[in-house]
Amino acid sequence: MIEVAHLSKRYGDLIAVNDVSFTAASGQILGFLGPNGAGKTTTMRIITGFMPATAGTVRVEGFDVFEQSAEVRRRIGYLPENPPLYNDMAVVPYLRFAARLKGVGHADLAGAVDRALETCGLTGVSRRLLSHLSKGYRQRVGLAQALIHDPPVLVLDEPTIGLDPRQIIDIRALIKSLGKNRTVVLSTHILPEVQQVCDKVVIINDGRVVVEDQLANLTRERTLEQVFIQSISAEARAAVAAEGEA
Amino acid sequence: MRNVLTIAGREVRSYFASPVAYVLLAVFLALGGYFFYALLTAFSQSLQIYAMMRNPDLLQRFNLNEMVIRPLLQNMSVLLIFLVPAITMRMFPEEKRAGTYELLLTSPVRVSEIVLGKFLGGLVLVLLMVALSGFFGVLLSIYGNPEAPMMLAGYLGLALMAIAFLAIGTLISSFTDNVVIAYVGTLFALLLLYTIGWLGETLSGVAGALVKYASITDHFQELLKGVVDTRELVYFGTLLIVSLFLTQRSVESVRWR
Repeated sequence: MIEVAHLSKRYGDLIAVNDVSFTAASGQILGFLGPNGAGKTTTMRIITGFMPATAGTVRVEGFDVFEQSAEVRRRIGYLPENPPLYNDMAVVPYLRFAARLKGVGHADLAGAVDRALETCGLTGVSRRLLSHLSKGYRQRVGLAQALIHDPPVLVLDEPTIGLDPRQIIDIRALIKSLGKNRTVVLSTHILPEVQQVCDKVVIINDGRVVVEDQLANLTRERTLEQVFIQSISAEARAAVAAEGEA
Repeated sequence: MRNVLTIAGREVRSYFASPVAYVLLAVFLALGGYFFYALLTAFSQSLQIYAMMRNPDLLQRFNLNEMVIRPLLQNMSVLLIFLVPAITMRMFPEEKRAGTYELLLTSPVRVSEIVLGKFLGGLVLVLLMVALSGFFGVLLSIYGNPEAPMMLAGYLGLALMAIAFLAIGTLISSFTDNVVIAYVGTLFALLLLYTIGWLGETLSGVAGALVKYASITDHFQELLKGVVDTRELVYFGTLLIVSLFLTQRSVESVRWR
């Protein structure tokens, strides 16, 4: 469960995120859409406790990200935009390191690493150095790292970027199965991906939420593409109109 | 504690997985060995000259500790000014560049554990450098007759210098995401700390006393003379704790509203 309420983030004069609110329930995969620079990554970084918000609150599994940051971080798996890999490590030592950091006990370590290798299809490259892996495999190691402690909440920033079509199908199936008993927030540019994987859609533009609805409701009369383009350009029109009045 | 060791272990492995650790050790020991050879040759040559002059008073004053060990340790401490920043410059900038900083900061790990882990990893390498240079002391003890306690105090001084440099380098590397800035910034701070005593000579009164107390070289000199005083230990301990505390604040500041 993720509850985002009136979240804002300001960098000096620039408002990256402006009064954003939405919720993602357990067992739900939320597709987080928006054009480049809309504030998706910033929002995700705030949810995961990497950076603080200027205003507003985020609760993850009932814990406040700012007040009870450690509790939140224990329950969240995060795949950042660029997979956080140490290039001088091999796959297995890296996953063991990530598992230890995330508090996986000594007895469960080997099991957790094996499970992550298996789920992300990394068994064949388990001894390879991370710097020698292709982009697709690096992305999968990043995903394995996010899953390693079996967290109830997953935050994935463009998880299928750089994968080939075959890998994309695998990863989407994986995310769908992970979402059955977890809360997943997934940011992406690929609209068909949202249609295949997500239950709920949040579209943000210029730091503001312009659409928050179930996928089924949104696509009853229009295609998701139409919804996306219209919500963004409606926003743009409104902004132009507001400027004209002022 | 477990998290500290996890992070420290990764640091150490990363130093030794790349040529970094080997190059640093080789440079330190090669130059140290060259200093040792030069000092020892000079020592034995002047010893011969004075022996020919048959002046027992002068010969009495000849002393391995003062003419070989002390300048050797002093020169090696200068080497550390240039080599320790090369260890610390990667600590935080590399994490920020590779994006692994996000992994560290979104894991259920305390910032103090990250800082201590990084420091401990560097400490292993730095203490290994100092310990291996102990070989010169061992050689002297086998073939000569140096005063062992004075020599040990001197090596303790060198180790404390290395630890203090490492702590300062850790702090400065936490300020930036650029390795060059981390290196040059640390080099600047260490050179200033090393030479600030010069100012103490010209200043008088409280200012002079303060500058003299701040000078790391003055405290090192005491240890080189064989004086292990709490004054010196307190100085190095304070430098270490203050640097690590400030590093913790600097890393944690990204979480402040």
